[in-house]
Amino acid sequence: MSDWKTICAVEDIPLLGSRRVQRAQGPQVALFRTGANEVFALLDRCPHKAGPLSQGIVFGAAVACPLHNWTIELATGCAREPDEGSTPRFSVRIDNGQVQLNQQELDTVAIDLEPVKAGPCTRAAC
Amino acid sequence: MPETMEETPKPQRQRLVLVGNGMAGVRTLEELLKIAPELYDITVFGAEPHPNYNRILLSPVLAGEQTLEEIILNPLSWYEENGITLHLGKQVAKIDRVRRQVVAEDGTTADYDRLLIATGSNPFILPVPGKELDGVIAYRDIADTQEMIDAAAKYQHAVVIGGGLLGLEAANGLMLRGMQVTVVHLGDWLMERQLDDQAGELLRKSLQARGLKFRLATQTEALIGDKDGRVMAVRFKDGSEIPADLVVMAAGIRPNTTLAESAGLHCKRGIVVTDTLQTVTDPRIYAVGECAAHRGIAYGLVAPLFEQGKVCATHLAEFGIGRYQGSQTSTKLKVTGIDLFSAGDFMGAASGGPDADKFEEIVMSDPFAGVYKKLVIKNDQLVGACLYGDTVDGSWYFKLLRDGRKIADIRDKLMFGESNIGDGGHQGQNKAAAMADSDEVCGCNGVTKGSICKAIKEKGLFTLDEVRKHTKASASCGSCTGLVEQLLMFTAGGDYSAAPKKKAICGCTEMSHQEVRDAIVDRHLTALDQVYTALDWKSPNGCATCRPALNYYLISSWPKEAQDDPQSRAINERSHANIQKDGSYSVIPRMWGGETNSSELRRIADVVDKYQIPTVKVTGGQRIDLLGVKKEDLVNVWKDIGMPSGHAYAKALRTVKTCVGSEWCRMGTQDSTQMGKDLERALWRMYAPHKVKLAVSGCPRNCAESGIKDVGVIGVDSGWELYVGGNGGIKTEVAHFFCKVKTPQEVLEYSGAFLQLYRKEGWYLERTCHYISRVGLDYVKKKILDDHEGRQALWAELQYALDGEPDPWFDFDKAKVDLRQFEAL
Repeated sequence: MSDWKTICAVEDIPLLGSRRVQRAQGPQVALFRTGANEVFALLDRCPHKAGPLSQGIVFGAAVACPLHNWTIELATGCAREPDEGSTPRFSVRIDNGQVQLNQQELDTVAIDLEPVKAGPCTRAAC
Repeated sequence: MPETMEETPKPQRQRLVLVGNGMAGVRTLEELLKIAPELYDITVFGAEPHPNYNRILLSPVLAGEQTLEEIILNPLSWYEENGITLHLGKQVAKIDRVRRQVVAEDGTTADYDRLLIATGSNPFILPVPGKELDGVIAYRDIADTQEMIDAAAKYQHAVVIGGGLLGLEAANGLMLRGMQVTVVHLGDWLMERQLDDQAGELLRKSLQARGLKFRLATQTEALIGDKDGRVMAVRFKDGSEIPADLVVMAAGIRPNTTLAESAGLHCKRGIVVTDTLQTVTDPRIYAVGECAAHRGIAYGLVAPLFEQGKVCATHLAEFGIGRYQGSQTSTKLKVTGIDLFSAGDFMGAASGGPDADKFEEIVMSDPFAGVYKKLVIKNDQLVGACLYGDTVDGSWYFKLLRDGRKIADIRDKLMFGESNIGDGGHQGQNKAAAMADSDEVCGCNGVTKGSICKAIKEKGLFTLDEVRKHTKASASCGSCTGLVEQLLMFTAGGDYSAAPKKKAICGCTEMSHQEVRDAIVDRHLTALDQVYTALDWKSPNGCATCRPALNYYLISSWPKEAQDDPQSRAINERSHANIQKDGSYSVIPRMWGGETNSSELRRIADVVDKYQIPTVKVTGGQRIDLLGVKKEDLVNVWKDIGMPSGHAYAKALRTVKTCVGSEWCRMGTQDSTQMGKDLERALWRMYAPHKVKLAVSGCPRNCAESGIKDVGVIGVDSGWELYVGGNGGIKTEVAHFFCKVKTPQEVLEYSGAFLQLYRKEGWYLERTCHYISRVGLDYVKKKILDDHEGRQALWAELQYALDGEPDPWFDFDKAKVDLRQFEAL
């Protein structure tokens, strides 16, 4: 099914910045807007240690992960050399200045990933 | 000439021909294929019948520590995969620059649009009678190595002529293969171009103990052959003779410029090239590696050659960026178990030059333990180092030497190494060879010796930077740099060398931090776009490395004028909280001077309950940390707590730690808490190159630990002592005593002026300890203590910059906090 869901206007994403999209299930999706005014969508999860890519610095057509500075290419979701790995990407359509994501992808891509745990819940019971 | 038909027609590509299938030339191709894989049809001529191999590792092959297969860098399949036409075993005889064609000895031709010459160097053969006898060889390639291995299996006596790096490695290898080896050396001691007489003597003793024999200060007169035309003895000038079934000439190398000269290219101690590695004669022709003379120097170490290759590749790729500006090099010897390092003018006064009296030397010698260290100082700078037996500080000395840093303030500790200038960080291993594979080399990133060696071998790494990128070892605090370099040396033969001391901020520019900052000030640049345009940035909007630095330089150079750009700040400064491993945030409200009260504590407790904050922790800076706050809750948490931002997330003033002081303490001589509160109120919201921490103690018992803070204040009966440049973190550094003042007002003025100087001159991510170590404490004292007007001006500047600065937790508009980031769509 190719039903497209309108998320926001292009201008709602800061230039050289990002927004997070909440899904019914699974980790959030990060929307990025580059200096060239292109919009990309990736799973908001670095292939390294699952850092939220939406919080990184956007430059060129890439984002630097906020946790350990891996560089992820926005077009492919792949980590830049010498690091290795990739994160799922989502199709983006711009319709009349509105950013649209594919509903089927939102519902199915990478929905069963466990969130990263931190804090007291990670400590072995003593 | 393509030999096979392409299935799909491709657009006509340019033709690139490489003459010389060695490390420098092929590395240039690798760099080129990375950035412009489709640009050229590439043809390679190699005189040897082997694919590209690691020539530096011939010594370990000779010594039986590695095999020939192990040192192949690019197998034949690599050439195939990259569509490279490879002519092995074909020596190029001629370059026809008019027809743009190279011709090999066997008649094979290849046309070029661009030509890359990487013909390396030739060994220097002594012009003595008998040099053409069988069994007389040089030490240069696989064939030589194989001949030595074969000879070692058959014969007994070997003579190596030349007691330099190469000669000793050859001698060591032949000895390990069972031969009786004599090294004949013209000089008075071994490796006289890298070592002084004492270190050379230690080296000789050590090698002699392993079984090598030496004839120093000895000149070879002739090689004597037997009836079959094979060498049987070496005769010296003094008439004496020693038996020799194998003679290895290792008396130096000369750039191989025969081909280039025959093509009319200008050569002078190598093929003369410009900073773009183009020959000065013909812009279609490039030269890299040992055959090229750049600014009069032909380099023989691998790292400079690779730097050349990288620059050359960008020009071949038609990017037209990058200049090679020369390298500084130093030496290590690849004989397992012998640690030796030298760099710079290690001879000092003994060189007998015109200004020999200006050199000073610090020498430590323990011949029984086999340790010798000599540091040569001139004009208060380290200019040379010669280390034998313990080389772990080699890279540190090399850095001091390159940076040309004044060393007066660390002179008394210089000999004892970097780990004695503050704490090296973790355990002090000094011999990589003695470590087990499972031993940790890099404590910051948990990288073991085994994984470093594996990465070096499998990924073909040669330089420290490459190891850092691939393994992260030595990439954080750097205290294991010496160890990593030793591993690199023994595993890959990679060498010590470095680009010029000027280091570019990142790949977006060739300018250093200092140059960029000067340009921003001198040319009155006030916005990022102006910087990109005025300074020819190579990327449209910088990268994650340069943008935060540029943003800081703009706002610190032009307060109230340059606009802060939140998208050029790392996440913590953009969201004004500290990101945690799970993507949640921590919130640390400001508690002036570490003092709080019941209503603040009550509000904090209520917030913890209301937002179900999982962890509450007291920080090392006397504040309370709320950990695990969801990003969407941040704004409300700040509002409900109702306390100012603690800037615990920022490159900015963090805390001013205080002890109780004279208000309560029976020992206290000064009101340290009040002093701390005053300092914190005067300095908060101050962004800086890196985080800034202060402390105030009320008496010399120093309970606030002022000795490890960027500015530490200690109250004494007659006033206040100020300390600067301390650090408690990655590199424990005791603060330097700065001055003593009488009044709290002076404490504010002197501290503020010092911090403003650091804000103006420190490079981004440089802590005060690094800043002072770069410019020298004397300089800082001159600026702050001796220059009263200058000090007052700095203090006024800082107050002006901070006046009216917003609290980012409340004044969102003015602090340019984009509230959209807190909500999900």
